[in-house]
Amino acid sequence: MKKCEYQQIDPRALPTPTPTPTPTPPHHRGDDDGGGGGKSDELKRPRRKWEVFPGKNRFYCGGRIIVARQSGVLPLTLGLILVTSGLFFMFDCPFLVKHLTSCIPVVGGVLFVFVVITLLQTSFTDPGILPRATPDEAADIEKQIDNTGNASYRPPPRTKEVLINQQVVKLKYCFTCKMFRPPRTSHCSLCDNCVERFDHHCPWVGNCVGKRNYRFFYTFIVSLSFLTAFIFGCVTTHLALRAQGGKGLVFALQESPGSAVELVICFFSVWSILGLSGFHTYLVASNLTTNEDIKGSWSGKSGEDVTNPYSHKNIFINCCYVLCGPLPPSLIDRRGFLPADESAQTSGADIEVPTVATKSEINVCTQGTKGLLESASLPPLLSTSCPQGKPQTAHTCPDNNSPAVNSDPSPELSMSCGARRAASPQGDGSPSHHTKTRWKKSKRAALHVPNPAFDVPVSPTSPDAASFAPSQ
Amino acid sequence: MATEFHNLQELRHSASLANKVFVQRDYSEGTTCKFQTKFPSELESRIERTLFEDTVKTLNNYYAEAEKIGGQSYLEGCLACATAYLIFLCMETRYEKVLKKIAKYIQEQNEKVYAPRGLLITDPIERGMRVIEISIYEDRGSSGSSSGSSSVSGSTAR
Repeated sequence: MKKCEYQQIDPRALPTPTPTPTPTPPHHRGDDDGGGGGKSDELKRPRRKWEVFPGKNRFYCGGRIIVARQSGVLPLTLGLILVTSGLFFMFDCPFLVKHLTSCIPVVGGVLFVFVVITLLQTSFTDPGILPRATPDEAADIEKQIDNTGNASYRPPPRTKEVLINQQVVKLKYCFTCKMFRPPRTSHCSLCDNCVERFDHHCPWVGNCVGKRNYRFFYTFIVSLSFLTAFIFGCVTTHLALRAQGGKGLVFALQESPGSAVELVICFFSVWSILGLSGFHTYLVASNLTTNEDIKGSWSGKSGEDVTNPYSHKNIFINCCYVLCGPLPPSLIDRRGFLPADESAQTSGADIEVPTVATKSEINVCTQGTKGLLESASLPPLLSTSCPQGKPQTAHTCPDNNSPAVNSDPSPELSMSCGARRAASPQGDGSPSHHTKTRWKKSKRAALHVPNPAFDVPVSPTSPDAASFAPSQ
Repeated sequence: MATEFHNLQELRHSASLANKVFVQRDYSEGTTCKFQTKFPSELESRIERTLFEDTVKTLNNYYAEAEKIGGQSYLEGCLACATAYLIFLCMETRYEKVLKKIAKYIQEQNEKVYAPRGLLITDPIERGMRVIEISIYEDRGSSGSSSGSSSVSGSTAR
């Protein structure tokens, strides 16, 4: 039987929310026990992950509802639908029920309910956002990309080729999310997220359309085209019936002015909505996304023999797969709690003024990949030096290989410096700003923003590391 | 007994993290969730290849089951469409049920197979289904200083 001893952790090295370097007893390790021993009660409120989400999204109802930051013209869409349907039920239905059949408001009602529900679901559902890579993951990928030991900082080409069903597909590296995008994933600049099976960002629904909400979107536009066509037909019938007997259209319009409004709205929208439905029906039948269709990824424009590797080669199966296939759950876990120690630490660090650490981050960011790689290779050496008596020196504790694990409460035990905790609120406070910046600066963001919930490995490079390393 | 690592809690609370290995996705069959079964070199000294491959293959099977398209999934999809997808608000989908099974399986594997070897698997759902993250914890070396790679210290510890 193997005997493995695991290194006992120096309690002084444990992350504590208090700024003083006094040793703390082991049970104050901020694991799941409510974060660091009741330092300040008001900071103990457990935070949910949506509160620190780095993308440009807004959350309502405690994270249950997600929308893009720019709501686009969603209010207009809703308004148009509500107004047109309202006018329909008020002006046309009574007449048509009297003269034709009472099925009309029933059918209209069902379609209206379908449209509104699917619209709201499209707008408020996570489209398939991929959470950003953890710093460890990002560092691992960087190591694999730049393993040529390139000394000068020059971003190497960041694509990876995979073979999918005998078709070569290029995966691109996403600089914001710090990962190679899975196939069919694209980064939406409006929402600042990578979205799986990205179709398009629809301003009318105010959200991206991706893997998880495509079926809602499709049902929305199909039912909306039925509704629009239905209302259009009913209004035309209504006006025709009123105008019978030589009374004329003008008379009919005067009697029922709401119908005029409906007529105009429906006339102008039915063509575009029908066209959109038709287009998306084609996409569904061939298992394509709007993104791929526009770019011509599988149309063989370049002269090569390319086929869509995702298609099941059968229209019926494609339709069933896209619309009735299994619905994966949301990957961003909006309502999950941040691990208590991390949220306590981040809030604890709010008290410490992180200016020193901030400056160190600014120094750090210019080092870029080289710095990241250096520090990725350094931690085994520096891990010994870190806990030994320099717990509170800011930015002198490169430890990016370690503890920044999202939901494991464990691994930050090994090293702790004030800098790491102090660094987090920088990320906490304004993740969106960081993620908006350029690649070089976003390396800094990569170091501490992608999930600012946890202690981010700020990797101070040459001057500090060089001065620090020999001290082990 | 004190020196032997027994359970997961102990590992998390008292061991120090040495390294992390990321098992990437295998996209050869499309966008369905599948992980590469290639054995990472960092784990060579820590765990038997067959155990690792078994774990990954079982996980792949679970994911395939979750994403399987067939009679039941179509029925679920059609029913959902007929109700304007409102049943998703009250019903747990098959995918979610399988994910719960996966979480239990990973927990069990961690307890029985990986933690005794100083390893810890993180559920891929916590990493956006992109990677299986395996954390490698250090063995204590012969002297109290923690050394660099786990394999070095592992060999000395043994």
